[in-house]
This record gives sequence, C-alpha cells and structure tokens, in this order.
Amino acid sequence: MLNDLILAGSSAAGAIVIAGGTYGLVRTHRRGRLAPPRPPAPPRPAPVAVEEAEAPPDEEMVVVLPERPRLRERLGKARSLFGGYLTSVRSRDRIDETTWEELEEALILADVGVEVTAGVLDDLRTRVKAGNVGTPEELVGLLRDDLVGRLQADRSLHLEPDVTNVWLFVGVNGVGKTTTIGKVGLQQARGGRSVVMAAGDTFRAAAADQLAMWGDRVGVEVVRGNEGGDPGAVIFDAVQHAAAGHADLVLADTAGRLHTKVNLMEELKKVRRVAERPPGKVTESLLVLDATTGQNGLIQAKQFAEAVGLTGVVITKLDGTAKGGIALAVETELGIPVKLIGVGESAEDLVEFDPVEFVDALVGAGD
Amino acid sequence: MFESLSDRFDAIFTRLRGKGRLSEADVDEALREIRLALLQADVNLRVVRDFVTRVRTQLVGADLAQSLTPGQQVVKVVHDELRTILGGETLRITYASRPPTVVLLAGLQGAGKTTAAGKLAAWFRRQGRQPLLVGADLQRPAAVEQLRILGAEAGVPVFSEPADPVSVAARGLAEARRLGRDVLVIDTAGRLSIDEELMDEVRRVSAATDPHYTFLVIDAMTGQDAVATAEAFHKTLELDGVIITKIDGDARGGAALSVKEVVGRPIVFASTGEKQGDFDLFHPDRMADRILGMGDVLSLIEKAEAVVDQAEAERAMARLQEGQFSLDDFLDQMQQLKKMGPLSGLVGMIPGLPKEMRNAEVDDDAMKPIEAIIRSMTPEERRNPSIINGSRRSRIARGSGTTTAEVNSLLDRFKQMQAYMKGLSNLPGIGRRMSRVTAKAGRKSKKKNKRGR
Repeated sequence: MLNDLILAGSSAAGAIVIAGGTYGLVRTHRRGRLAPPRPPAPPRPAPVAVEEAEAPPDEEMVVVLPERPRLRERLGKARSLFGGYLTSVRSRDRIDETTWEELEEALILADVGVEVTAGVLDDLRTRVKAGNVGTPEELVGLLRDDLVGRLQADRSLHLEPDVTNVWLFVGVNGVGKTTTIGKVGLQQARGGRSVVMAAGDTFRAAAADQLAMWGDRVGVEVVRGNEGGDPGAVIFDAVQHAAAGHADLVLADTAGRLHTKVNLMEELKKVRRVAERPPGKVTESLLVLDATTGQNGLIQAKQFAEAVGLTGVVITKLDGTAKGGIALAVETELGIPVKLIGVGESAEDLVEFDPVEFVDALVGAGD
Repeated sequence: MFESLSDRFDAIFTRLRGKGRLSEADVDEALREIRLALLQADVNLRVVRDFVTRVRTQLVGADLAQSLTPGQQVVKVVHDELRTILGGETLRITYASRPPTVVLLAGLQGAGKTTAAGKLAAWFRRQGRQPLLVGADLQRPAAVEQLRILGAEAGVPVFSEPADPVSVAARGLAEARRLGRDVLVIDTAGRLSIDEELMDEVRRVSAATDPHYTFLVIDAMTGQDAVATAEAFHKTLELDGVIITKIDGDARGGAALSVKEVVGRPIVFASTGEKQGDFDLFHPDRMADRILGMGDVLSLIEKAEAVVDQAEAERAMARLQEGQFSLDDFLDQMQQLKKMGPLSGLVGMIPGLPKEMRNAEVDDDAMKPIEAIIRSMTPEERRNPSIINGSRRSRIARGSGTTTAEVNSLLDRFKQMQAYMKGLSNLPGIGRRMSRVTAKAGRKSKKKNKRGR
C-alpha cells in the first residue's frame, strides 16, 4: 500500500464517523419499529409466611458484652505493609521528595484514592513550607491529625419514638449485608429493642434462609416472602408485623445489586418508598461496603445515595489485609459518615467507627 | 469527581495531538496522567510503577512522527502494554484423562464463589460435561442451600453433608467417581488470607482432592488489596488462575490486571451478569480496552485499512464534507462497514459513543431493511431524496417489502445523520484530518511502517 499515511488514518476516521452514523441510524430505526409493549407488572405475590423464630427467652437476659475489640489488635498483622512505608518515612532525618512519594504510596495502597491523597498531601506541603514541621516524624503526626480532622461527623444510629423505625441496608453483591443485619439485630436485641428482620433479598438463592438462621441465633423474628417475589411486599409486611407487635425496629435486608443496573436501582427506590409508609419510617439507610473495595466504592456510594439517600456507611471485613481507605474517600468527598465497621466474624466484632483508631490503623501511627 | 479513565486519556491525547514529535517533557506529563488514571482504576501501585517505566522506555526517543499521530502512538503503546500484562491468550481448559477433573474455588468472603461455582458448573454442562458440585462452605449460613438451588437451576447434582470441609470434599470426589461425573467443582467457604487456621483448612481440602485447577475468585471491584490476597492464596494453594466476578458493574477492574501481573496466573473466567449463563472464558484484550475505557481505535483503524477502498473512502469523505453525502454513498459505506465485521463488534470500538448506545444490543440484520429500502430507489432518488413523494414512497415500500412509515423513518433519520456528520466534520480532530485528505489526496508517500511490535 502506497497511500499516504495520513489518508490511512483519515479513512479510519471516516469509517468511525460512518460506523457511528450507521449505528445511530440502525438503532433509532429499530427502536422506532420494534418498541415492544411493556409486559404487565407481575401481580404482587403474597408473602407466604411470617416465620416465628425460636421464641427468645423472655426473662431479661443479662448479656455482658465482651470488651470492645480494638481495631488495632485486629489489624496487627495487616498493618505490616503500611507500617513498613511509614517506618521508612520516619527513619529518615529530613523531609525530601522521597518522603512525599512514600506518603503518597502509603495512602494509595490503602485505597484512599488519588483525589483525597492529593488533597491531603497538598495540605501537608503547605504546612511544611510554612516551616512548622521539621522532621518526618512530625510529618507523620501531622498526616494523622489531618486525616482525623477530615473525619468529623455524627455517627449515631437513629431511632425515633412513635414510629416503626426501618433501617435499610443496601449495597452491591457480596459485601456482607445479610451478615451485618444479623449482627446489628443481635446487638439491638441485646440493647433491649424489639427487632424484626425483613428478608428483602428475594433474589439470591437461599438469602432468606441465611437471614432466618441469624434470626434463630439472635432470637428475633424474620419476615420472609417468596423467592423471586416482590421485596417491597416483604418490607411492607415486616413493618405491619412489627407495628402490630409493637416492635421498635425493622432491619430490612435487600438483594445485592450493582449500582449500574437501572431496573434494580428503581426497585430499591420503591422498597424505600414502601418502607416509608406509616407507621414505617426509614430512620437509617446504610450502605454496606466491603473493606477490599477500591475506587469504585465512591461511585457505588454516590449512586446508592442518589437512589435511596444514604445516612451512613458500614465497612465490613476490616480484619483482612485491606485498609478500607475508601471509607475516607466516601466520607470526605460525599459527606456520608461511616457508622459501623466489621472487624471479625462474631457479632461483637461489629463496632462503632472511631476515626482516631481507624486513622491510626491506616497510617500505622500511634505505636 | 468521577471523571472516567477515557475522559482522562482523551485529555492527555488532545494535548499530544498536533505535535509532530513528543519531547521527554510531553511524555513525562502524559505518563503522570496515565499513572493517576491507572491508580484510579485500582491497578496496584507496584504494577503501575513498572508499567509506567516500560511505557516510558518505549516512548522516549521513538520516532513517533513516523507512524500514527503521536497521541495515537501513546495509546498504542499503552494498550499493547496492558495486553501484555493481562496475558494474551485465553486459557484452554483441558480435562483429566482419568475423570473427574477437579476444580477448586477459593477466595475472600463475598467474592462470589458460590455463585461462580453454580455458573461454572452450568458452563461445564454447556461444554457437554457432567459436573458434580460439592458444597464445602459449611461456615456461612445457608451457603450449601444456595448451592443446591443453583445446582438445580443448572441441572447439576450437589453433594454436601454436615461434616468438616476436608472430608466433605474427599467424599464428594468419591461420589463423583461413583456416579461417573467427569468434572467436580468444589465450593469452599470465604476466608481471609491472614486467617492461618482457615488457610490451612483449604490447603487440606486441596491435598485431599488434588485439584487439576485451583481458581481464586476475585471481585472486580477490589482495590489495592487484591494483590496481597492473591499472593497469599497462591502461596497456600498454587493457583492456576483467577475467576473475576461482577465485571458487569462499572469498576475498571484494575485489580484483575494487577493479579495477573504479580502472581503470574491468568484470568480464566469472567462473570458478567446475574444470570447463570452470564459467565464465560475471559478475553484479556477486551479487558485492556475496558481499563482504558475507550473504544479500540487501533483495531478499528487496522480493520478499516484492511478492507476499505482508499480511493472510495476519500471520495466519500470529500462529499461528506461538502454536505453532498447521498444515500448511494451511504449504501457504499455500509457495504464497506459490513466487510469490517459484525456491527456490534465495531460499535464497541467507536470512541466517545454514549454508554447507553454502547451497551445496547445491535443486530446486524437491522441493516437489511435499510439496504432494501435504498436499493428500491432510483439513482435520482438516492441522490436527491427530497423528490420522493407519496407515490414514489409507496413504490419504494412495496419494492423493499417494508411500509411507507419505515421509508419515512429512514429518510428522516438520514436527514438527521447528514446534519450530524456535517457537524462532525467541523470538529477539530476529524475535520482537520479530513481537510488534510482533500489537500493531500493522491500524494504518494513512503512505504507504510509495519504495524505492531
């Protein structure tokens, strides 16, 4: 081929234009022709059973909660990599370009994300330039304070009197929604609240069974529907059932869904609307995020917030090697507070989020 | 805030475009951006560092003016490197001469092992195999129940019993032999890589069943930790590959890329949706495109160069620019396009196409009625569609076996498309290239460089 190279490039450009044009044509044409009638909405299946879990012992159960597990203990092993970075930073006698690079890498490796990392480091640079910081040791302290300073929020879980409180748990697949509900259910029941769990995940095979097993363990009732049924109906029945039994709180499970699936996000909006029907009131709408989640977590949080208005985040599986830095990104960039973190398998391992502890674990400071 | 990778790359390449030669500073700037873009895609920091070094070596000093435009050259180098990292070949599953072929799945909690096990069994069924599923996740409540439901859906039997995972797996293997099943898929409990006890347990499951394939199941949304996890599992189990799940979301899947690079084991399967059939062998090249978040411009260029008649393309381009693009030209271009392969494949390569368009199903047959309608027109009508009146319209509809409404719709769309394409030709990038075509048409030049490295 002896054609001008530029010509070769441009013929491709032309092909792109034409492919685009043709595609537009074909597609709109098809759409014009083939708009299929919408299938009628399937009839709302009646929830089959209100499952009475093993009746909880009526007597006041005196439960002595074991001492709150410290995040740092749990993260002992996991921190070695991160600690390594900052040990290296601290061991040097002055702040130079390598110091900055190492700090950046430490934050990136913790999944804090490029944006927040850049923001934090810019702050620090300004302060170092102002001459208030001399040693790398001080710089690490400053980093810690800076991060903690970014994590100031109301982290309480809300319960209102005279309504049936609904705490809605949402998130992508496999983050640990059902497990989290089981644990929250246990804690709230021990705290003296009367709890009903709603098996709103009607999609995943055996998800309702999984929640029912938690119900047995915890001794709270689980309201469930048909597999493949309408999750809104399950939540509705759970609220009705809770109201009839004067329960304070409905913990509503939902099927894991990728935030990119428009239909499923619409379904979730509907679930929330149903849960809001008096006497129900959604007093917490919690996004469950896996600590291993990378930067996609930010997009997830944004999309779920748009759909159901998040009041908080639960970070699960923080006892692994993942640092959960995405929590920092979600809270600082979207203003959604992290309320609970999971640091182990047992129910006691779901604890309140403590920024100081989290940051110390994150940057390996405070040793 | 959620600037996508493709936007970032576009910005980088816009800056590079128009430069005849890239200076070291240009390359450094582009690489800094690429580094950030990859980090945002969750590519592991170590991998990013090596990657950037390799790309820099290839770019600095290369005579970029010789081939594509410098911007495109950067894309090409980046793209080729990504492919190299992801591993070029799709792994082929071979079956044990003495069945069953044992497949062990392991991973963190919530990665999607149980779902993947069900899908994998269904996949083996589609290959004409007779799998048996073993539920060795006795930890998570109802995990075995979930597997039973998935097995029933796939038409695959499930073996499990309340015992310890090691003996369940061993008994499952014996059961497979007894039933004459030729593939055994073992689902295990999710476990943290730092949980020594559980890691030892999965090692014993492996020892008891001596799997032919051990796959680590990884969530596409995993961040920097993916590498540490994969290394730990690899150390314990000697992985053969990775199954990546949930890639139907919008995660860039940098984790997947990193695991391949660091552990040296390929991604074998990808789970692409909620249905059981949404699971297939993984194609590394497609992932490279996905991570770049861009259409595969280079393949498109290569395809176009291979099949498009240069002189014809040049004429069409000139007419397009003058706004004289007729239905005849359109028909010609459509023929050229068809030579380039199925439309659905091409659509994915077009950069800058809105997401909803890219993801829509495209049916090549949809081109047929359009072709028929145009072919039922007289040459005059094709040149000047405005003369088409009621009687011509019904003749065209009859001739093409369509309705007048469809003819109308095509004519309307064509008018819109003419306007759209005229607009496009005024865009800086394409417009300039087009005007270069008209200015330099016919000019002979040096022999084309050989493509590819």
